[in-house]
Amino acid sequence: MSNQGILVCGEIAEGKLAPITLELLGIGRKLANDLGQELNILLMGSGIGNLAQEAIAFGADKVHVADNALLQEYNSDAYTAVAAKLCQKISPDIVLLGQTDGGRDLAPRLAGRLGGGLAMDCLELSIDPSTKLLVQTRPVFGGNANARIVSKAARPQMATIRSKTMAPAVRDDSRKGQVIPVEDIDASTVKVKVLERVKEKTEGVKLEDAEVVVSGGRGIGNAQNFQVLRDLANLLNGAVGATRAACEEGWIPMTHQVGQTGKIVSPKLYIAVALSGAMQHIAGCSGSKCVIAVNKDGGANIFKIATYGIVGDYKEVIPALSQKLKELLGK
Amino acid sequence: MHIIVCVKQIPDPEVPPAKFKIDPDTKKVMPPPGLPPVISVFDERAVELACRIKEKNPGTKITAITMGPGKVSDVVKHALAMGADEGIVLQDKAFEDSDSFGNAHILAKAIQKIGSYDLILCGRQAADWDIGQTGSILAETLGIPVVTVAKDIEVAGDKIKVSRVMEDGYEVVEAPLPCVVTVSNEVGLPRLPSGMGIIQAARKQVPAWTAADIGADPAKIGPAAAHSEITSLFIPTRDTTCEVITADTLAEAAVKLALKLRETKVV
Ligand SMILES: Cc1cc2nc3c(=O)[nH]c(=O)nc-3n(C[C@H](O)[C@H](O)[C@H](O)COP(=O)(O)OP(=O)(O)OC[C@H]3O[C@@H](n4cnc5c(N)ncnc54)[C@H](O)[C@@H]3O)c2cc1C
Repeated sequence: MSNQGILVCGEIAEGKLAPITLELLGIGRKLANDLGQELNILLMGSGIGNLAQEAIAFGADKVHVADNALLQEYNSDAYTAVAAKLCQKISPDIVLLGQTDGGRDLAPRLAGRLGGGLAMDCLELSIDPSTKLLVQTRPVFGGNANARIVSKAARPQMATIRSKTMAPAVRDDSRKGQVIPVEDIDASTVKVKVLERVKEKTEGVKLEDAEVVVSGGRGIGNAQNFQVLRDLANLLNGAVGATRAACEEGWIPMTHQVGQTGKIVSPKLYIAVALSGAMQHIAGCSGSKCVIAVNKDGGANIFKIATYGIVGDYKEVIPALSQKLKELLGK
Repeated sequence: MHIIVCVKQIPDPEVPPAKFKIDPDTKKVMPPPGLPPVISVFDERAVELACRIKEKNPGTKITAITMGPGKVSDVVKHALAMGADEGIVLQDKAFEDSDSFGNAHILAKAIQKIGSYDLILCGRQAADWDIGQTGSILAETLGIPVVTVAKDIEVAGDKIKVSRVMEDGYEVVEAPLPCVVTVSNEVGLPRLPSGMGIIQAARKQVPAWTAADIGADPAKIGPAAAHSEITSLFIPTRDTTCEVITADTLAEAAVKLALKLRETKVV
């Protein structure tokens, strides 16, 4: 029997369908319509039955609900076992996950177990009109290039999608769908136990949600000088980001890193200060609406993606910018 | 305790974007002229983590294995110079252009030939193609647990405690041995090899194993066995042009910029 249908591995955050889940349902619905197939979603968690109707309203035809205390929080072994079992049962043609803490861990294990073909961190997904294959576009070489990838024979075709790259599904409460409970969840599959989860507190606005991000790089010079960026960020109700170079120098915690291996931000305004604009950094901020570059090297790559730029020492530019903005904003 | 670290040689990922070149016809990346290949950054941190474990747990042995064409023994030598004890190179025409499944099969076969191991460390992804699957598929192939994106490992008897990087912090998990752990950059900067380390590494023999040596299944390796293929490779174009703001002094330029941001309602 050939594989049929699309399966989204949903994620739940604070008792609701996470934003990435709505994005997955958005693209999943589109692919399902293009192929004339059904859209399934797997929801794993504890006490989550009420979310099944939500998933239907956001486009799912079938909701598989694995509701078990064991699945309360993401657990690699348990989630892999449940997802693999469901895939073996329903043989989906396509499986979609988020490029998130959970999805990034689950997807390759699931691919390894099922023998599918997986592309991680996809920016675009489409169906090739002639072959009906899933075409996956993903960055390679730190974002220096993009590759399009297909799996001709391996099934399921699997992809994780980068958050905020695809339009979220639109709610329609008149939609109808089927809810199917997932039974027999096997505790003996759990070999790796989660002992504790530590949330690192960030002062002020969360980087990923901030409308303004002020990021500093190696050229900032030391931890103390980051204060100039913090002042500007505070003034604009923004958050402070950094390059990996600045984080590795220990000037600012790693949780502030923006980029391929850090946070992906898409604020209205991104102010890039004394950072060169390596592709791995740009990968984390290229969704920003307006980018300002301040760098003493006019040839720095960051100017290639910037809307406005000033070539010069940030120590002279940023305080003057803050002062004028303060005046203009009446603060 | 025996730690096996999988390391890969890659073109220097810190190549200036202007020097990054591809060949769209062969769908390959051209090695940047004048920049020697390096050990993949996450793999280097995996070696670093292995060395830290060894310092805290005397008697630990570290074996670095690499696979690839050409002079990939350089990355094994780098791992040896950092503190690994043994090195192995996997090299065979038949290995080339394998995908993550093929690579995981080759590594699994080599690891089974090595025989005894407690911990396998891989980078969270290779810093060239950024695929991020090999470690997890290797664990599934070997049928052992995997913990991904680690920043620290503490050995406690026949178990390990691993700190995993999360978007808003970290989590600590306990895993039985043997298992696979994939390592993230949050480990921090890797040590520089010492002069003595470099001399000792240069003297060490690094055996090269072929497909026949490890008993790799020809049906599972090479491009024909790949689960996915690249249909096109391209450099994304951007249509932004930067308006550089100039004035007599930088402070004046900053004032002009502030006014512009206000005018265009960006702030
Ligand atoms: C696999 C991989 C993943 C990576 N992931 C990330 C990631 O997620 N995020 C990330 O940021 N990086 C990442 N990197 C690292 C990335 O390649 C670059 O090395 C890094 O972003 C460089 O940081 P930088 O721009 O601060 O430093 P540099 O490249 O050294 O740039 C410093 C800049 O500051 C300017 N400057 C110096 N002094 C001043 C001054 N007084 N005023 C104004 N300008 C000044 C200089 O002209 C220069 O352009 C990754 C690398 C690899 C290989």
